[in-house]
Amino acid sequence: MDSINGADAQVQRLRQHITATESQLRILKLQLQQAEQAAEAAEAARHLNGAYQGGLPADWRDEIFGVLHHDTPGSLAQDFGHNGEFGDAQIFARPTTEDVRQQRWPLASEEYKRYGRQMIMPEIGLHGQLRLKNAKVLIVGVGGLGCPAAAYLAGAGVGTLGLMDGDTVEVSNLHRQVAHSTARVGRLKVDSAVEYLRALNDSVNYRAHPSHLSPEKAIPIFEQYDLVLDCTDHPTSRYLISDACVLTGKPLVSASALKTEGQLIVLNSPPRLPGDVNGGPCYRCVFPKPPPAESVLSCGEGGILGPVVGVMGVLQALEAIKLLTAKPVPTGPGWSMDFTATKPSPPAEPTRPTMLMFSAYSTPQFRSVRLRSRRADCAVCSAQASITRQSLTSGSLDYVAFCGVTTPLNTLTPAARITATGFSRLPTDGSNILIDVRDETQYAICALRGSVNVPWTGNADTWLDQAIMSGGVAEHGDDGRDRYVVCRLGNDSQLAVKAAMDRIGDGRVKEIKGGFRAWREEVDPSWPDY
Amino acid sequence: MSSTIPLAVEFTGGLELLFSNQRKHQISVPSSDSKGAPSNVGYLVKWLCENLIKDPRKEMFVLDHSVRPGILVLINDADWELEGEDKYELQANDEIVFVSTLHGG
Ligand SMILES: [Zn+2]
Repeated sequence: MDSINGADAQVQRLRQHITATESQLRILKLQLQQAEQAAEAAEAARHLNGAYQGGLPADWRDEIFGVLHHDTPGSLAQDFGHNGEFGDAQIFARPTTEDVRQQRWPLASEEYKRYGRQMIMPEIGLHGQLRLKNAKVLIVGVGGLGCPAAAYLAGAGVGTLGLMDGDTVEVSNLHRQVAHSTARVGRLKVDSAVEYLRALNDSVNYRAHPSHLSPEKAIPIFEQYDLVLDCTDHPTSRYLISDACVLTGKPLVSASALKTEGQLIVLNSPPRLPGDVNGGPCYRCVFPKPPPAESVLSCGEGGILGPVVGVMGVLQALEAIKLLTAKPVPTGPGWSMDFTATKPSPPAEPTRPTMLMFSAYSTPQFRSVRLRSRRADCAVCSAQASITRQSLTSGSLDYVAFCGVTTPLNTLTPAARITATGFSRLPTDGSNILIDVRDETQYAICALRGSVNVPWTGNADTWLDQAIMSGGVAEHGDDGRDRYVVCRLGNDSQLAVKAAMDRIGDGRVKEIKGGFRAWREEVDPSWPDY
Repeated sequence: MSSTIPLAVEFTGGLELLFSNQRKHQISVPSSDSKGAPSNVGYLVKWLCENLIKDPRKEMFVLDHSVRPGILVLINDADWELEGEDKYELQANDEIVFVSTLHGG
């Protein structure tokens, strides 16, 4: 029995051994096969390398190396003789030809996947993607225009994106400033936007400039970039940005929006030295004089529909991509792929500066109009320019004074004013009438019971006529009742009180100081803060 | 003597608020001014101030006898500076657009 059992165990062991050995043999054969394939592939790659010099079709090689060395179209760095003069230029060291030769493909495999959908379009292609990667774009203002513009430029793979804004995120921004978030209210807009953009595309080099633009800072900062987007919200910054773009030779994509309308202009494109009539017009060429300060409405005052300003910001990103990826103009009949031979830049094709106007509630919504070219007596881009790099950096230019300021109204004597608290203590027995001069839309959002709505029209006579018609003001002056006038912030109410006093000499009309803002702060915290 | 020129006039960028809050207006203006010269855009601006503007704040449209700074005048979709500014002589069915620049963002 023992010997039989011993033989069985022996057979069992041998079988197990054979099975294990066979399995090992299969693994070894598989490894051999893989090693052979790898060796073959390496050999093939060597051949490919020889044939295509780094994986690029020979026809394209020059173009790609050219693009990598080519200054982004539009930059005037060389004309201005400042190429590399500023220390910051080294921060953005571009890949050298040698770097590229050592790689098989000019972009990382992740980049082909990420940007493939735009790269397969002839308007972009490989060269366009490389140009975007090498481009440095500055966005001034990270609000309703800047947020969507930054998102699309980061998404498209712009190499360096600068964001400039000194403001912090407020809740009232969030309906349109899509890069910010509820959780980031109170943070700097530039930091909030960078956080959003990193989550979108981490391979972009983001540079935050957490301050407002000043004439002193403008030139050294603009020189670090190839293209500027004006996404600000006031004439002072619009003139300053345009001047700095002319003086540093950067094309400018400028947009604005209010209520239901938007406007877009590409300025200083092509960028040329002041006095060169072939350069594109600047903001001063189109608008040599600023508008009267009292005609300028902000989004906070006039209102803004989110998608309206969003459309304009997206269009800015589009124009920026078009400028950055534009193929240099061929110089002669012998059109070739050699993009290295484009310096000095050829004479511009006749540029046709245009302004795109968008109006959400009009038909058609879009309309493009032709603008003038450079102005022969422009203060910054003409041969007789008075604004220079020196005058800008020395801080001798006062853009605020140039555009004018509206001073807060304080036109009434103390006798003609009452505080919100004082008004809240008055008897509600019909001995007084409250006139609310906000427009109908705001009145419909929230109003005090019993008040009469007589919207301020900007003119004493027409307003008074309406106030009398609606019973807010008695036709023949004193009817024994006091009148109190209120508005949103306490400006229009002063004008209305003044109109009433001047016309009917009614000493019994007063305005509520600080309007409904003061009412909310002093009397009723639940009053809507719109 | 009594002949007129039909025109399409449009106000945008907030200027429509001065003109009964209506953007597009079909108007007819006299074909010659008081001195008998053919009506030009300068004459049209004056005519609008006297006949079409409903808001008393005329200074929001005209300052120092010309369109105020910050308003772009377009003649058939071109900046009026390309067409001779206020000297441009009106033609029948011209489209004249007054655009106030926007600054919000
Ligand atoms: Zn200019």
